[in-house]
Amino acid sequence: MAEDKIILETQNLTKRYGQILAVDGLSLQVQAGEIFGFLGPNGAGKTTTILMLLGLTQPTGGRVRVCGFDPTREAIQVKRRVGYLPEHLGFYEDMTARENLRYVSRLNGIPEETAGPRIEEALQTVGLPDDGDRRVGEFSRGMRQRLGIAEVLIKDPQLVILDEPTLGLDPDASNRIIGLIEELSRAKGITVLFSSHHLHQVQKISDRIGIMIRGRMVAVGTIDQLAQEKLGIGKETYTLEELYLKYFQEA
Amino acid sequence: MRGVYTVFRKELADHFSSYRFLILFALITMVSLIMVYMAGMGLREALEGAVKPKFVFLMLFTSTGALFSLSQFVAFFGPLIGLVIGFDAINRERSTGTLSKLVSQPIYRDAIINGKFLAGVATIAIMLTSIALMISGLGILILGVVPGIDEILRVVFYLLISLFYISFWLGVAILFSVLFRSIATSALASVALWIFFSFFVTLGANVLANALVPMEKDATTVEQVIKHVRTQKALSLLSPMVLYTDSTSVIIDPMKKSTRSLMLVGPLEELSLSRFQNPLPLSQSLLVVFPYIAVLVAITLVCFGITYAVFMLQEIRAL
Repeated sequence: MAEDKIILETQNLTKRYGQILAVDGLSLQVQAGEIFGFLGPNGAGKTTTILMLLGLTQPTGGRVRVCGFDPTREAIQVKRRVGYLPEHLGFYEDMTARENLRYVSRLNGIPEETAGPRIEEALQTVGLPDDGDRRVGEFSRGMRQRLGIAEVLIKDPQLVILDEPTLGLDPDASNRIIGLIEELSRAKGITVLFSSHHLHQVQKISDRIGIMIRGRMVAVGTIDQLAQEKLGIGKETYTLEELYLKYFQEA
Repeated sequence: MRGVYTVFRKELADHFSSYRFLILFALITMVSLIMVYMAGMGLREALEGAVKPKFVFLMLFTSTGALFSLSQFVAFFGPLIGLVIGFDAINRERSTGTLSKLVSQPIYRDAIINGKFLAGVATIAIMLTSIALMISGLGILILGVVPGIDEILRVVFYLLISLFYISFWLGVAILFSVLFRSIATSALASVALWIFFSFFVTLGANVLANALVPMEKDATTVEQVIKHVRTQKALSLLSPMVLYTDSTSVIIDPMKKSTRSLMLVGPLEELSLSRFQNPLPLSQSLLVVFPYIAVLVAITLVCFGITYAVFMLQEIRAL
């Protein structure tokens, strides 16, 4: 895939819930193969934006194209190519990890012959090769999160959208997830869009970031660029935290 | 179609492996077998030495051995099967977070609700059929009569009507599981609705008919009686249970020629009725209760239609 190919594009995307403007004129481009960090305080409209990208919520106005499709009209095409890990991800607790993955692969219409090896590979990738036959009810939070990523990998996505993948994880588990995301992107060329509050992790792996505050995207760019613009200092002398707080105070 | 089938398959497997289903199935099988056994023993005693009437086999379903007959039992407690299978269909997935996973897979959203409803209907169908087969086996053993083709067909229609009746309540339960986020609320609401329509409507129909068309003790004209009975009947038809018992009682009993308890007959008709005491053919029985069956099927479809629409229009945010 060409480096400059745009996989996700929004123009003036708006979502209104009654009086509240959840997303206000968002224009964004994400290139194929990059890792895009999506930052912003709680309730800034990040999840709403993600839901609109997947066609799970109708935009009030504006245009969206994901993998060349309009999520509102061709939701199935988009969902076939985009893996989504929701913030509160759930599994069928009584089923084993493998059965959960099998169900997802069936929903994706993956033929049974290819599903088997793919499930094994996904379990291997996320580091759960020996836990496939355990009930998900017994899994720890970190293991669930990794299983969630395995579930996303099953469909062999072009774009992966992760909503707070490290929420509530201990530092070790959270580092594993971040490492996994980076590995997927670099090794398989999967585009990743993820939202997080763990700024040092975002800084570590993101190619570009976007900061969203109260429904508006206040900054998009590489961290270095933004730091140069906003703080007027070079690399290594700042943290993303300073930058983020600066934007936050201004908004 | 692939989505519907996948959801259907998974839900069906879930139903059959759940303790809830096993307990329900065991309970209903046990009660049915006991009731048929009692009915069969009663019939055997009553028919000892007498010439066997036609359709002895069907009497298994209608004769009151213990407390009530089998068809009454299904009318009372059949809805409970539907409710128990459906009351947490959607909101359990919502509370565990699996619903947002399902809707982000490449399937149409209606595949979820269709698959779940169909799986419920299939579960009920398998349950009813297996119980009917067990009952028939036991009946043949006790009575020593083999059902004829007409009787078998009647049992099949009886099962079909029961399936629609129970599916209606399944639809109600799934509707509540879409509307209410709490599993406890949807369970209570569906049970409350079941009790209301099954028991209070029939009681209320009497009370209302008394209020609307009062019958005085001494000065009641024939017209008044007819009007009273008709009002009461019309009101009680609001209950799916009445629709069901009326239609199945005619289907399962060939000697029954009308759902009405009060029949107006002229002298000539009376004569012909007493001369022709023959059973109705199945097609005629079906014709008598066709409006009832049509209404049962209609309310089942309408109920599912509402559930479908509500689920499709719900904001995903609410999932």
